[in-house]
Amino acid sequence: MSRYNRHIILSEIGQTGQDKISSAKVLVIGAGGLGSPVLQYLTAAGVGSIGIVDFDVVDISNLQRQVLYGTSTLGMNKAEAAKHRLEDLNDEISIVAYPEKLTHKNAIDLFNQYDIIVDGTDNFETRYLVNDACIITNKPLVFGAIYKFEGQVSVFNYKNGPSYRCLFPNPPEKGSVPNCSEIGVLGVLPGIIGTMQANEVLKIILELGNILSGKLICYNALTLQNSTIRINQLEENIQSILKDKVNFQNKQIDVKCEIDIATVSFEALLSEKNIQFIDVREAHEQPKVEDLLVTNIPLSELEHNLDKFDSGKKKVIFCQSGIRSKRAVEILQEFNIQNCFSVKEGASEIKTILKTYYKLSSNEK
Amino acid sequence: MHITIKYFGQIAEITQAKEESVEFSGHLISELLQVLNTKYENLKTIDFKVAQNQELVSIEKELTGGEIALLPPFSGG
Repeated sequence: MSRYNRHIILSEIGQTGQDKISSAKVLVIGAGGLGSPVLQYLTAAGVGSIGIVDFDVVDISNLQRQVLYGTSTLGMNKAEAAKHRLEDLNDEISIVAYPEKLTHKNAIDLFNQYDIIVDGTDNFETRYLVNDACIITNKPLVFGAIYKFEGQVSVFNYKNGPSYRCLFPNPPEKGSVPNCSEIGVLGVLPGIIGTMQANEVLKIILELGNILSGKLICYNALTLQNSTIRINQLEENIQSILKDKVNFQNKQIDVKCEIDIATVSFEALLSEKNIQFIDVREAHEQPKVEDLLVTNIPLSELEHNLDKFDSGKKKVIFCQSGIRSKRAVEILQEFNIQNCFSVKEGASEIKTILKTYYKLSSNEK
Repeated sequence: MHITIKYFGQIAEITQAKEESVEFSGHLISELLQVLNTKYENLKTIDFKVAQNQELVSIEKELTGGEIALLPPFSGG
């Protein structure tokens, strides 16, 4: 077997170790920035069975960091495009693509088919879902997450060790932490963090070295500083997930993803036609935006006023600062109301933009 | 007591520094956080956890001096 020769001649791995790699089954959730290097190295290493979960399609803005894809795979489902690329890299292993969203309903059955789970997702809803499903199915979780130039890596739930909920017990308030589609990220950063995740996966399979369990590595690509933080087990946080095990598959939230929410600049919209503007602030809130034809639907009453959203129009939603409007889009998506956009700017900024816009257009006349 | 405070992610953007050193006479980590909340108004808008000398701790713990790190969760992938 010359393919794995450089592994086999390492005394720490040998044929025995390579056989362990060949019989390992690893499920990677998210085939994006982190998933790309994870999948490439695990495939190259000969992990016998690899599952890839991703519902998203390849977009041109992904190619700056998601090195599994190219211009020929634009628009393709990521799990399927990744499988196609990886089968060329190694045709001796089995790769299964799951071109679907991970949900509370499908997670448990899926996780049960694999030995190790890798988190390469890009939103908190799915991260907590992955963590909790790992607790329930008792699978080790190789965790990685990134922000601009910084990354976090850890191994959770390894031999009953701490879980992500021992580090961050609950998801942060929605929208308070941006993800990569809203902010920038250095392209090579997920390459570094994802490769560290692949390394942990192989160490777990080979039972080699010190597994990053109970520790969080915080890596900064600009300073090249690595901080290692010890995480203690918070048993009650793990037990509360196990106690609620029977209800897990019925949980409904969390199937959406932050990247579905289009956050747009107001200026870009003004030239477009067929738009319904919606103000989701409460009736008393100032300033009013009088220069536009606005439908007023406070966020608190949104779910009772779904019929007021014009299905034939692009729905542009604003509030005081862009947070409630984003939440409104999330709710509308849950009700399958499409073509909704949240405006980044708040009402007073919108007024200023409108003023400038009308001044300019009247000058042109 | 001499304390070096390290900031990560969005928190470092609010504080405009990756770390700073302070002299502090309070006893609890929560007291130090109160001072930081006053100094950096937007700190309240971010969820984070605290590590003391590279160990994740409750903010009700006593300050022992050395290093305090403020760690926000990251969601990107």
